[in-house]
Amino acid sequence: MTKAKRKRLIYNLITFALVIGAYFIIQNMIAEKTISRLLKGLLVPICAWIVMAVSLNLVIGFSGELSLGHAGFMCIGAYTGTIVSGWLLAAYDMQDTTLRLVLAIVSGGIVAGVFGALIGIPVLRLRGDYLAIVTLAFGEIIRNLVKWLYVGTKDGELCFSFLNKDMPKGVKMLVDGAQGTKEKIISTFPAGVILVLVTLLIVLNLVNSRAGRAIQATRDNRIAAESMGISVTKYKMMAFVTAAVLAGMAGALFGLNSTTVEPKQFSFNQSINVLVFVVLGGLGNVLGSVISAVFLTVLPEVLREFSDYRMLAYAVVLILVMIFTNNPLIRSFVDRLISPVRALFHRKKDTMPGGDLQ
Amino acid sequence: MSFLELLINGLRLGSIYAIIALGYTMVYGIAKMLNFAHGDIIMVGAYIAFCGIQNWGIPPVPSILLAMLVCTVLGVAIEGLAYRPLRQATSLAVLITAIGMSYLLQNTALMIWGANTKSFPTTFINNSSISVGELTIPSATLITIAVNIVIMVSLTLFTSKTKTGKAMRCVSEDRGAAELMGINVNRTISLTFAIGSALAAIAGVLMCSTIPSLAPTTGSMPGIKAFTAAVVGGIGSIPGAMLGGILLGVVEIFGNYYISTDLGDAIVFAVLIIVLLVKPAGLLGKPMREKV
Repeated sequence: MTKAKRKRLIYNLITFALVIGAYFIIQNMIAEKTISRLLKGLLVPICAWIVMAVSLNLVIGFSGELSLGHAGFMCIGAYTGTIVSGWLLAAYDMQDTTLRLVLAIVSGGIVAGVFGALIGIPVLRLRGDYLAIVTLAFGEIIRNLVKWLYVGTKDGELCFSFLNKDMPKGVKMLVDGAQGTKEKIISTFPAGVILVLVTLLIVLNLVNSRAGRAIQATRDNRIAAESMGISVTKYKMMAFVTAAVLAGMAGALFGLNSTTVEPKQFSFNQSINVLVFVVLGGLGNVLGSVISAVFLTVLPEVLREFSDYRMLAYAVVLILVMIFTNNPLIRSFVDRLISPVRALFHRKKDTMPGGDLQ
Repeated sequence: MSFLELLINGLRLGSIYAIIALGYTMVYGIAKMLNFAHGDIIMVGAYIAFCGIQNWGIPPVPSILLAMLVCTVLGVAIEGLAYRPLRQATSLAVLITAIGMSYLLQNTALMIWGANTKSFPTTFINNSSISVGELTIPSATLITIAVNIVIMVSLTLFTSKTKTGKAMRCVSEDRGAAELMGINVNRTISLTFAIGSALAAIAGVLMCSTIPSLAPTTGSMPGIKAFTAAVVGGIGSIPGAMLGGILLGVVEIFGNYYISTDLGDAIVFAVLIIVLLVKPAGLLGKPMREKV
């Protein structure tokens, strides 16, 4: 085993061990009832945001494309999950919530993946900032369209209508336009953790495979990668669609964790939030995304009492972090300060690819 | 509503988008960054003008000038404090900083002016109207369109005839070469932010006299739409921003009327996607050439 391989294996094992360890600690806390109600309510959303951050990192950190519409895929997943779950209950009288949740999550992923492919094929021809604005537009279109979607079940059959609430009598609404989705809570924390583990498994395996190296090559130098015979579109699509599927799954998990989710919860700002998780966690750093997603989901809730100053402080911190990590002068100054400390731990400079903000 | 009336309303909205889009397109052309805080500068401008008229008892025209002044200073300060240290950084870092700046402006406005929606004085611009046959055109619409044309013409003249304007075009074409020719790049970029922010203040006043409600988040959606307009027209191009703005404004009004209200946004963004698929550099943009 080469040194690089061993290092990667250790990094992956640490990532998995942290998630599983955290799961057992929290399960223990739930059993002993030492967990606060606030945190308990946040457990499933945290899992969903971890999946969102890791999947967006696949697009931004590994394939190097800026996507600002990730919440759009989450929205598709949430709505699909709700509809599938409601339909299974109505049509097949499926009382087993676990099975329903799994089927809802899988179908949320599939539908989001289809949309990812549909939007990806034309859009990935565009470069850089253009891709960003088109994905932003896509997310906003989805949010505006689901505002006008009405879905319900009657006698085990699904009824759809768009724009006008044109439903037969005695229908049980699943999706009620701007009011959002209506469904019972069936998401559970263990299911969320399993989804996180599946996501990590998929993403870590993908980026360390031949395809993953091709994806990173297209990020580093598109022209050089193309001249080596790598199909840029194919590998960018692979990353984009995988991320869309994972975001859809996270959406289904998130959507089935509350009795109602509204379209406005998947606005442009939500995409930006996930982007901030990814950037603060480190581009191309999966473990970083996991940690920053947890931290940045819990922190605002804990600081709720300072609600007036919370967002202000968040904005200031965001700007300062960006300046401090990216300004060459400040960076070299900080590097000089911490280099004696670093020298104690490492003999050579850390050369892990993309392990830091670039 | 008749077709012509809708078209005129579309032109009014489009003119506002075009003025905002000019700020986006100039900043993008020169600093190569998506300035997400631009939409919030519109909001600040509108608030200053609102306070000027409502609270401080300043007549409308001087309050608009005051709003322009404040926004100019704000724009230059934002550029100097937040964006200049990141001149060498990746575009993603600059984007996140701009988003942070947008949050900062929104939340500062929330603290100063509160979350309540304020109703902007509509008597701001003289509320008479002009009749042409069966058509009545409010004078506010005429003023908006006229202001747009004046800004467009003077900006085109400024960038093509004056020395400073030519320096701006140089910097947007090749920053390194411009620096070698003795152009002060930092000052040129500051100037661009100053012009863009002053335009944003005008756009803010015009926008809020069309839709008379003002809240700390008022600027963000029009900002995104104006940016979309700049991309549709070809980012970096001044006539492109104008064309894109007018196009999106008209499309939005027609979409709202003929298809469905509230779907206007979705239609605007769909237009963006369609245009970029056919012309990836926008309607009037120059295609990028890759050098190996």
